Amino acid sequence: MPISIINRLKPRFWDHEDAIGGPYKHHFDFRRIWKRAVLVTATVALVPLIIWAVAGYRLHLDTTEAELKLRTSQLVSNSWRSVSLFLSELRLVLDFIAHDHTFETLNDKEHLAAILDNLNKRFGGFTDLGLIDSTGIQQTYVGSHQLGGLDYSNEPWFRQVLKHGVYISELVLGYRKEPHLDFAVKRDLPDGSFFVLRAALDAQKFNELIAGFEVGEKTDTFVINRAGVLQTPSRYYGPALNKIPIHISDYTPKTQVFESKNNKNEQTVIGYAYIPETPFILMIVKQKGELVQPWYKTGWAFTAILTTSIVMILLVTLAVASRLVDQIHEADQERVDTLHQAEYTNKMVSLGRLASGVAHEINNPLAIINEKAGHIKDIFTLTDTYAENPKLIGLVDSVLATVHRCAEVTKGLLNFARHLNLSVQTINLPEIASEVKGVLAKEAEFRSITVGVDLSEDIPPFESDRGKLEQIFFNLFNNAFAAMKDGGHLEIKARREDADFVSIDFSDSGPGIAEADLKHVFEPFFYSRAGENRTGLGLAVTYALVQEIGGRVSVQSEIGKGTRFHIRLPLKMPPEQQSDTGE
Amino acid sequence: MKTRVLLVDDELQFVNALSERLTIRNYEIATSLNGEDALEKIKQYNYDVVILDVAMPGTDGIDVLREIKKLKPLTEVIMLTGHGTMETAIEGMKRGAFDFLMKPCDTEELDTKIKKAFARKDEHEERIRTAMVSASISSPRSVLEDD
Repeated sequence: MPISIINRLKPRFWDHEDAIGGPYKHHFDFRRIWKRAVLVTATVALVPLIIWAVAGYRLHLDTTEAELKLRTSQLVSNSWRSVSLFLSELRLVLDFIAHDHTFETLNDKEHLAAILDNLNKRFGGFTDLGLIDSTGIQQTYVGSHQLGGLDYSNEPWFRQVLKHGVYISELVLGYRKEPHLDFAVKRDLPDGSFFVLRAALDAQKFNELIAGFEVGEKTDTFVINRAGVLQTPSRYYGPALNKIPIHISDYTPKTQVFESKNNKNEQTVIGYAYIPETPFILMIVKQKGELVQPWYKTGWAFTAILTTSIVMILLVTLAVASRLVDQIHEADQERVDTLHQAEYTNKMVSLGRLASGVAHEINNPLAIINEKAGHIKDIFTLTDTYAENPKLIGLVDSVLATVHRCAEVTKGLLNFARHLNLSVQTINLPEIASEVKGVLAKEAEFRSITVGVDLSEDIPPFESDRGKLEQIFFNLFNNAFAAMKDGGHLEIKARREDADFVSIDFSDSGPGIAEADLKHVFEPFFYSRAGENRTGLGLAVTYALVQEIGGRVSVQSEIGKGTRFHIRLPLKMPPEQQSDTGE
Repeated sequence: MKTRVLLVDDELQFVNALSERLTIRNYEIATSLNGEDALEKIKQYNYDVVILDVAMPGTDGIDVLREIKKLKPLTEVIMLTGHGTMETAIEGMKRGAFDFLMKPCDTEELDTKIKKAFARKDEHEERIRTAMVSASISSPRSVLEDD
């Protein structure tokens, strides 16, 4: 089944093999022509299209990614600002409290409790507040845990406060074993001493702030410290204090954006920014898929259109190339056919000339030999000297018989040469019948044979080969004459059969042909009239001649009543017969 | 009286052999090797039958036939043809030839045909004679007028 489809689609030139070789053979390699046509056309059409498509796609993708990064960067900046603001606000408030109060007032536990209360009312999330003196001992403490009197002088954060005047801790568990952020500010007193005000912010408050950002469903916003430890819980990387597997560059004031993959192996865009004067880094992880999805849809449509275009271009290219090459092939075939035809015609014409030339040239000497030998025989038979010598008579007879044989050969050659010229003319049937009848009238008269000609009026002049038709008539007349005894009757009857055919019957009053022989009468060298000196070719030649002018001949016979030859001729020569002209 | 036959063919050997053979068969034979010569002879002498080769250099057989029929309509002509074709035969018959024979021909057949041709000519002349006789009987003066 698929092979038959392929065969049907396959252009005709595909399996063409040129019979003519030679130096111009490559001109006729149609597969090559076709392949080249397809290649060139397809290349010219497809290459710009593909370049344009790829460039456009890349450009679009780059733009989208740039936009993606920009959006992430903006998101990070916005969130970063909020977080910075929040933290610096808390620090400033603490700073304000430290400077607004004296060590003494803050050292008053009730007063400090009131401040904590106020802070929680305004901001919320402060779990405790402590006052530490310059020796590092916590003097006063208010809050949920009993931490008074602790010595912080060796704590790293205390030394940080001493150094920088302010301190914001990472997420720590501290003595309380609860996650919180420590804020500490130092106030230098005029006498050279100082005190430190320390507040703890519940981690929950910080988490709420981060979680409160409107960043989208699949976006993860969290805070880490500089060592990459989570300060707030993360959607992808787990709860706080987990270490995340993302490499962070050293401090830079700018927002950083890069692409990566998360633990689910999804494409992500990660943006982060250092929060100055804190150990924190704000990080936002966005899923790329979410951002790029609309673009993917466009991309699909784009790819589909591109693919369709390419397929269409290829199909059209193939179809056009096949058609073109097919036409070239057809034209070429015609050219080759014409060439062959001309060659063949030429050859046959030359052959015909040769045959008739040879026959003519041989016929004349043959006639001389015939007469000389005949003369010798005459002398032999008419004079007594040699009459008694049968051997000499036999030799002369053998010469005459051989001459006769040669004459048959030359006659055959002439016949062959004559058949090469099929000339179509307008035929007037009564004219031909009377001509042939006229030629044989002597014999008819001599043998008292009557010939009746009955030609229907409605037979129009028609096209055929006059010489062949005459030969057919002549052969059938001769055949009938040979078959009949003296005093017989031959009837020729022609009728128009239908629009395209005419039928001619030759009915003789001969002895008829036996049924067994009837089917052999058109075979060469079939002798039905035993003993008669015939070539056995008359009816065979007739049969061939009728075929050549596009007709059919058949025979009916009944022993004792006669034989009827029926010829059916076309009123127009069939085209293939006409194209055979010269064969 | 012997039948007077003119044999016209361009092959000397053929003409010689055939003329001798026909002489043996009791004909009075004259020969000619081309059309022009043949026509000269026909003008000067009455032949009963002319045996004429169709294909000859110079004046060709068909033309000679036409001239013969013009000069001596009663002379019968038997065509000899080297072509095995009906066309030449028909052409010759149309122009008044008595019959045709294909070369090389069978002498007996030629003999028969000459006899037939002569018989026809004889019959033809007989009829003319009869007609002339009856004409002269009905109008004896006409004999004088015609001569």
